[in-house]
Amino acid sequence: MRPESFGALLYHYGTRRLSFLKDPTVLTVVRSLADHPTARSACESAGVTARALPAYERALATLARSAMIRERGAP
Amino acid sequence: MTAAPLPLADQFQHGLAAPICLTWELTYACNLSCVHCLSSSGRRDPGELSTAECEALIDEFERMQVFYVNIGGGEPTVRPDFWHLVDYAVAHRVGVKFSTNGIKITPEVARRLAGSDYVDVQISLDGATEQVNDAVRGTSSYRTAIRAAATLAAAGFRGFKLSVVVTRHNAAQLDQFAELADQYGAQLRLTRLRPAGRGAAVWHELRPTAGQQRAVYDWLTIHGENVLTGDSFFHLSGYGQALPGLNMCGAGRVVCLIDPVGDVYACPFAIHDSFLAGNVRGDGGFARVWRESRLFAELRRPQSGGACASCSAYDACRGGCMAAKFFTGLPLDGPDPECVRGHGEAALARVGGVTPPRPAPDHSRRNPVRVTIGRRRPPDRACDSDPLAGFTARTG
Repeated sequence: MRPESFGALLYHYGTRRLSFLKDPTVLTVVRSLADHPTARSACESAGVTARALPAYERALATLARSAMIRERGAP
Repeated sequence: MTAAPLPLADQFQHGLAAPICLTWELTYACNLSCVHCLSSSGRRDPGELSTAECEALIDEFERMQVFYVNIGGGEPTVRPDFWHLVDYAVAHRVGVKFSTNGIKITPEVARRLAGSDYVDVQISLDGATEQVNDAVRGTSSYRTAIRAAATLAAAGFRGFKLSVVVTRHNAAQLDQFAELADQYGAQLRLTRLRPAGRGAAVWHELRPTAGQQRAVYDWLTIHGENVLTGDSFFHLSGYGQALPGLNMCGAGRVVCLIDPVGDVYACPFAIHDSFLAGNVRGDGGFARVWRESRLFAELRRPQSGGACASCSAYDACRGGCMAAKFFTGLPLDGPDPECVRGHGEAALARVGGVTPPRPAPDHSRRNPVRVTIGRRRPPDRACDSDPLAGFTARTG
């Protein structure tokens, strides 16, 4: 994961796919996922408002589908 | 945080902290003399980066978080330290994708490569048949490439790339290429023939005809999701539907080339002083060239559409390929020589008497073994690389 002016770029060596994060907040969220019990908690801690939560949920779901992030303990 | 890809391309126009796709040509030495070689390779340059300099450069890539490098040449595997440098890059968290004509892919090498997630291989093949391929790449090059593909497949390497430069002579073989790739568990990669390096001399006779170009576009709109193109056919988006990829010129913005002597060019197809941004041996190294060179700063400024601005296809093709224009003598703010609306043909006719800039430097062997089929010789080279090769942009 490489920070960029617009957010960050992510590269997955297994799938050889590039993803991007289009704002700095979602970068903060992704970076802190491992330190929180839930994704919601990571979002709240990064200052995501309740109204904005669904958008972040979608973004994280997209990242999960492309295997950029995965559930803790999952293979 | 939306799924719209266009704003991303807009962001990329302004440049990135480090390249997404960096092509690094390790040597000008090559066992082949492909007629369309982008880098006019053949003979090693005495000033090529040493092993220690290469290691230092990889260290710099690691610091810049370059995800991976596209290594080419010349034929990179003929460098005695090639496998060491691959291992060194992987150990420093820099992925490697290398282009080869297959000459050094032994069963032992294939087994090692198959064991790494961080190394990918592109085998160059410019004909789905021996006759078409060898006419461009030289005698027995087809057999070498196919043997390498079979060796990788036998070692369990899945998803390596068969990389094809589309020419007038192989444009009708796209289905056959796809079948070959399937046969070896590989992925097909198609790229555009550019008038760069030795390719400049054969471009007029090797480039696909207008009819073939349309057929390639139609084929890609059907098969494009499973075929890599390194975004190299973005000029064809002017036909209508955009092809998969970012559809932009990445030169100096998301892409660049480091040549064997450390010179940094805006893209692999632009080896000429006009596109030389600096050298990695200078103060501040590669990072400084990437971040501060005047040339790259200029490329990252908003571009005007020039003569193309009023064309309804401009938003799709963005004027096409800078290198293709340059080496055919066309103005950089005008149409691509292969403009789908035909403006390129008209522009070429207008500059008909002008001698286009000659690609330089030239490391061709002085007495290369040439091959001919039909008319003049067809072209190619072991290692063409492209903006965003292998990438599929996804949103998060």
